[in-house]
Amino acid sequence: MTKISINKKEYETDADPDTPLLWVIRDDTGLTGTKFGCGVAQCGACTIHLNGAARRSCVTPLKSAVGKEITTIEGLSPDITHPLQKAWIAEDVPQCGYCQSGQLMSAAILLTENKNPTDNDIDLAMSGIICRCGTYNRIRSAIKLAAKNGGK
Amino acid sequence: MAETSGIDRRSFLKATLISGGALLVGLNLPNASRAAERFGITPVADAAFQPNAFIRIAPDGLVTVTVGQAEMGQGVLTSLPMIVADELEVDWANVAFEQGPAGKAFVNPMLGSQITGGSSSVKAFFGPLRKSAASVREMLVTAAAQKWGVAPESCKAMNGTVVHSASGRTAKYGDLLAAAALISPPVEPKLKDPKDFRYIGRSMKRLDTPSKVNGSGVFGIDVRLPGMLTAVIARSPVVGGTVNTVDDSGARAIRGVRSVENLGHGVAVVADNYWAAHKGLNALKITWNKGKMASASSEAIYRAFAAAADGPNAIEAKKTGDIALGRSKAVKTIDAVYWTPFLAHATMEPMNATVDVRADGCDVWAGIQAQLSVQANVAKALKIAPEKINVHTTLLGGGFGRRLGEYVIDAAILSKAVGKPVKVIWTREDDMQNDFYRPATYNKMSAGLDVAGKPVFWQHRLVNDSIMASLGPSIFGFSPPPDKLDDSATEGAHTLPYDMQNLLVDWVKGETGVPVGFWRSVGSSHTAFSTECFLDELAHAAGKDPLDFRLSLLGKDERHAGALRLAAEKAGWRTPAPKGIFRGIAVHESFGSYVAQVAEVSVTSGAVRVHRVVCAVDCGQVVNPDTVAAQMEGGIIYGLTAALYGEITLKDGSIDQHNFYDYKMLRMNETPKIEVYILPSTEKHGGVGEPGTPPIAPAVANAIFAATGKRIRSLPIRPSDLKEKA
Repeated sequence: MTKISINKKEYETDADPDTPLLWVIRDDTGLTGTKFGCGVAQCGACTIHLNGAARRSCVTPLKSAVGKEITTIEGLSPDITHPLQKAWIAEDVPQCGYCQSGQLMSAAILLTENKNPTDNDIDLAMSGIICRCGTYNRIRSAIKLAAKNGGK
Repeated sequence: MAETSGIDRRSFLKATLISGGALLVGLNLPNASRAAERFGITPVADAAFQPNAFIRIAPDGLVTVTVGQAEMGQGVLTSLPMIVADELEVDWANVAFEQGPAGKAFVNPMLGSQITGGSSSVKAFFGPLRKSAASVREMLVTAAAQKWGVAPESCKAMNGTVVHSASGRTAKYGDLLAAAALISPPVEPKLKDPKDFRYIGRSMKRLDTPSKVNGSGVFGIDVRLPGMLTAVIARSPVVGGTVNTVDDSGARAIRGVRSVENLGHGVAVVADNYWAAHKGLNALKITWNKGKMASASSEAIYRAFAAAADGPNAIEAKKTGDIALGRSKAVKTIDAVYWTPFLAHATMEPMNATVDVRADGCDVWAGIQAQLSVQANVAKALKIAPEKINVHTTLLGGGFGRRLGEYVIDAAILSKAVGKPVKVIWTREDDMQNDFYRPATYNKMSAGLDVAGKPVFWQHRLVNDSIMASLGPSIFGFSPPPDKLDDSATEGAHTLPYDMQNLLVDWVKGETGVPVGFWRSVGSSHTAFSTECFLDELAHAAGKDPLDFRLSLLGKDERHAGALRLAAEKAGWRTPAPKGIFRGIAVHESFGSYVAQVAEVSVTSGAVRVHRVVCAVDCGQVVNPDTVAAQMEGGIIYGLTAALYGEITLKDGSIDQHNFYDYKMLRMNETPKIEVYILPSTEKHGGVGEPGTPPIAPAVANAIFAATGKRIRSLPIRPSDLKEKA
């Protein structure tokens, strides 16, 4: 059995150590907010935080997460009050919504590291996450709104 | 359980007081299969009362609208409740949605089946929902008036309350439900004056957004059932191939693998979880029967289409005047071939479905755009009655015409085989290589100008596969006659809005064997490109400004012209573009909406960069303006992705593309600034989910011509084509 910590809660899994974290999170813990999109780190739908850094969970083996803190979209805030979640609602960003967990988790790291990101900063941080509905411009606006609100 | 009910058999409404004291209102919307009628097939009328959309009012005043249409990002879970809330006079804070099940109850009155497609949801449901909500409002008003012994006309509904101003009495809807249930629903209720609309025409926040920012929204792939197993399927590398031999010993030895099932078209590994199934799949040894597509290739398809375009077997789509006469008047004739490729939908959520087959019936959970055909097709596969199949529509992680539901059948067969609920998950590669692709189209085009530079004829022959032949039997329950036009193949071409004096648009049915389907904006996804680029060629041949040339040919067609003028004005068409930036324009009507776009483009060493897109849309009366804007923005990105990157090709019967590394998507850093302007309109509703897509490819291609003098006649746009000035 392998012990991991997700959103500050301990879980045990009998998955093989090379199992991608994505499938441990989705199948073993039932936290299904983290999405499967491509399996090869091309789309970013599976983005999570591993010790405060954005990671593509579809190519991150379980064994590399042992002893580290994993955060998924469910752990971004307990009640949709993260400044980015509020900004996402204010800008009505999502359409189908499938990629948005990955978008939010990536944006959250960006804002942690950079309180006032420029367009270029946003491009660099966010271009790894595909949105097939084409919500990119609203994502950009929402990140700027959250930054403007000073992370509140 | 029904306790009391006021049923009027002639009426379209049925109100029932259900347990808990809530009032449930079923609506019986008229229903006809337009899809079948197009081919002269008479739909079967259903005379029995079948409520097909629902409004539920709880004693606490909460109004829940049950939506049978699927939410795939287009905002239907918000726009349909807005219509009800407005006419029913309830506060938006007291409105909720609920995704409805599959049932004749939820038939889309425009499409004759429960289908979310054709950008039709608001168009199809606006009138019926409004009328129904107005009837319910009148029932509540009458109930209050009777209670107070006053005339209903002296009472008014507002904010979920009936008010009698003369006496100052008020009654909340929640307290009137039992009395209202006994009143016969009025057949012709008085509708609100549109100037009194509170929500319709205003940007309301989407009701589904909170569930999409905290991971709680349930997509098909998120469904979890006790005892559920997960299956991954090895599929033939050749389109349409079948399993010859299987050695599954390696797969069965993988921990967590519970079963390996030969499905004929593929081999399923059923396991405790996705990763075990995936590992099992990699351990399978399969040989395949390649079948009739074994030698299919994109080059051969192109050659066959080119030959067919010169052949005798064209079916007429539209003819006006006399082409020979037009040709005789032409002083300048232009001929061109336009080509658009097969395209995959590439929804972000790969196809998946969860099915639980039991002795007493079956439950299906999946993101689906066509619930009734899923119910029918699963019933057929399992040999049980359709009524025994409950279809639960989840959120769709993108639809775009892909999610009609054929992927459910494998899950049903597997659940029956292993006796447990089974979730089938497609890999991205499965998804890319087993799609119902947007048909590739060969366009042979010819047009002529007279001495004054006025068009005197336009001839357009299209060759492509028939979507209705591909999907008609499984989705609509009929096969189109082989000698009839599939107008989805030529839509947008045979509806050319310009006055050409003499026009012939015809179609040769392709027979490539590649599965084809509805892809966002269907025929218009390619006809806007061929027609609007070729028209641009004519404008330049005539020495006219592309905008003026278009306007001069639109006559009294104010809706195309209005969209063009607004887009041009907002883009500053008459003023010089910034240095290094070039503009192109296009307009196209689809699904009853008129969309014009101006693209601002730069081309550097063959690299195309789209900086700004100005979009003007006339979609008739608007329900939620912000949703209209969002759908235009998304439609533009979808179309731009296809124009710049989209291409599915075949070699030796196999699809060449696998994943996002070789079927590229537009990303944040490539996204242009997009401005959307909505024309004020009282015209009937047009769709918005699809019409934003068609104009962008021609607008960009026309801008590239302005920048380089090079005509783009084939998609996707290839940098190698642009390096040299023509």
